[in-house]
Amino acid sequence: MRVVIAEDSVLLREGLAGLLERFGHSVVAAVGDAPALIAAVAAQDPDVVVADVRMPPGFSDEGLRAVLELRAARPALAVLVLSQYVEQTYAAELLDQTRSFGGGGVGYLLKDRIGDVAQFADAVTTVAGGGTVIDAEVVRQLLRGRRDPLARLTPREREVLALVAEGRSNAAIARALFVSEAAVAKHIASILAKLDLPPAADDHRRVLAVLTYLRAAV
Amino acid sequence: MAAPLLAPAPVTLVPRTALDALGGPPQRFLASAWPWRSLAYLLAGVVPGLAFAAVLVPARAVGGPAAAPVSLLVAAVLLPPVARFERWRLRLADRQPVRGLPDGWWPGWREAGHALVALVALWWVDLLVAAAAIAGPVVLILSPVVQPTAPEGEAMLGETFVGSAVGLLLVPVAAYTISAWAGARAAMARAMLVPQEAETREIARSRARLVDAFEAERRRIERDLHDGAQQRLVALSMKLGLAGLDLPPGSPAALKLDEARELAGQALAELRELIRGVHPQVLADRGLPAAVRDVAGRSPVPARVDVALDRRLPERVEAAAYYVACEALANVAKHSGAGSCAVRGRLRGGRLVLEIADDGRGGADPARGTGLTGLADRVAAVGGTLTVESPYGGPTTVRAEIPCAW
Repeated sequence: MRVVIAEDSVLLREGLAGLLERFGHSVVAAVGDAPALIAAVAAQDPDVVVADVRMPPGFSDEGLRAVLELRAARPALAVLVLSQYVEQTYAAELLDQTRSFGGGGVGYLLKDRIGDVAQFADAVTTVAGGGTVIDAEVVRQLLRGRRDPLARLTPREREVLALVAEGRSNAAIARALFVSEAAVAKHIASILAKLDLPPAADDHRRVLAVLTYLRAAV
Repeated sequence: MAAPLLAPAPVTLVPRTALDALGGPPQRFLASAWPWRSLAYLLAGVVPGLAFAAVLVPARAVGGPAAAPVSLLVAAVLLPPVARFERWRLRLADRQPVRGLPDGWWPGWREAGHALVALVALWWVDLLVAAAAIAGPVVLILSPVVQPTAPEGEAMLGETFVGSAVGLLLVPVAAYTISAWAGARAAMARAMLVPQEAETREIARSRARLVDAFEAERRRIERDLHDGAQQRLVALSMKLGLAGLDLPPGSPAALKLDEARELAGQALAELRELIRGVHPQVLADRGLPAAVRDVAGRSPVPARVDVALDRRLPERVEAAAYYVACEALANVAKHSGAGSCAVRGRLRGGRLVLEIADDGRGGADPARGTGLTGLADRVAAVGGTLTVESPYGGPTTVRAEIPCAW
């Protein structure tokens, strides 16, 4: 898999490149600012972009803006956005674009998650494969303090919902909760019914539907 | 030989006005220049008054129907120079700088009005007070000279010397009288000349500059932590994770490494919370509505957010409003027992109005605990006001109004 990394801290950029190479990905470019990211994507046509939100020259959200611009031009490009802080606002911008343009996988993770190297490499693979990976922290924010239809879910169903929103597949949810895949499928069917969401075979669509629901209800 | 240590200079508060000087120790006041300055101030008032009279008397002599318009014309022509003179004269009794007055030839309506009053009425009042205060002691002191020829003889001469002594004792009283009147007059002139708003505006501006400086400092701290400690902790956690790959899973060394990574993760999480309080990135990038939505998203009490602004606000306003939202939501979660709350923000006539309302038990008291007082201070520092409505039994509404321009 061909990866472009955009991260302004040299320490992290080199580390990320080493990590992804170690898991068999090929890092075709590692750049330090937003214009270089756009140039690198044009030159390399990668399978997935891993980008920091905050980069030079303005050190605000240039990375995120560059990613949104890239996705607008080529919707099939898979992007994994990393940040020191996760905010619903940034997640919303990524997801809204994905919902309206469709297209490649999308991910939004706290940088903290890089430490769990195997899971992080999995996330890159999932996004590159068209899936959705949303940080548990964002999901927690979306689920927290919510009432109404969510209150009708059982605690187990809420757990499953959180994992679905994070972009996990049925198999991954089953592993995380130590239950069978069939049980997970049953929970998900029940959740979708309670939230009036259309049943979807495709993990990616299902995740988007759940996230859209969670955000719309805030 | 060691050089002797320099003794610290004694701190003395030099009086800036005649009124201030009056409050000081008498010996210092009487020895100071203030009584003389005050006397000069009062006597100087005579100059424009006499000039006016000197021009006006011949003008009046014209007589007939032209007299009134001529008087007005004379007064109008004299006003600008008299205003200049009054401004200069004020320095005799009040050494504080007079700010906010126009520089051109036309003194402005305020100053012209003051000049007119000084010209028509105040100068002879000043003169009367000065004359009365001086005349008493002077006449008494001079009594041996004025009254030696009294026919009653030598006994009376002794009494005239007692009169001189009393006169000498009255000199300090005269000094106080003159300074007090000059000080009061100067204070009156200042009140008429310098618009109150100009002074409060200057205070507000300096406070705004302080707030801006704090805000810049917070941004710098956030940037430093983001580029330094946070990146290093992420790199550390990544290296620990990579090192773990080389160890057999479940081995004691791998478990230790996992614990270390866990600790690095906790440090990152704590640092992140700290930085969020210092200067949240989303506030700088996306403005108040987005930042308030994100805070509300983290609130344990469900919060509806309706903040609609048609533009970005000045940084200090955004920061103060964000702080209000954070603190108010934290209070809702901690004290109110509310089941839900709502944050509403609008721009009304150049002012940001931000309201946080909950359906809790109420009874929030600014006197207990410093949370609400701190909030009010924070809002006041950017020229705004904070009102808290919280009857026992609820509901509670915290409302901040912040001007978006000075």
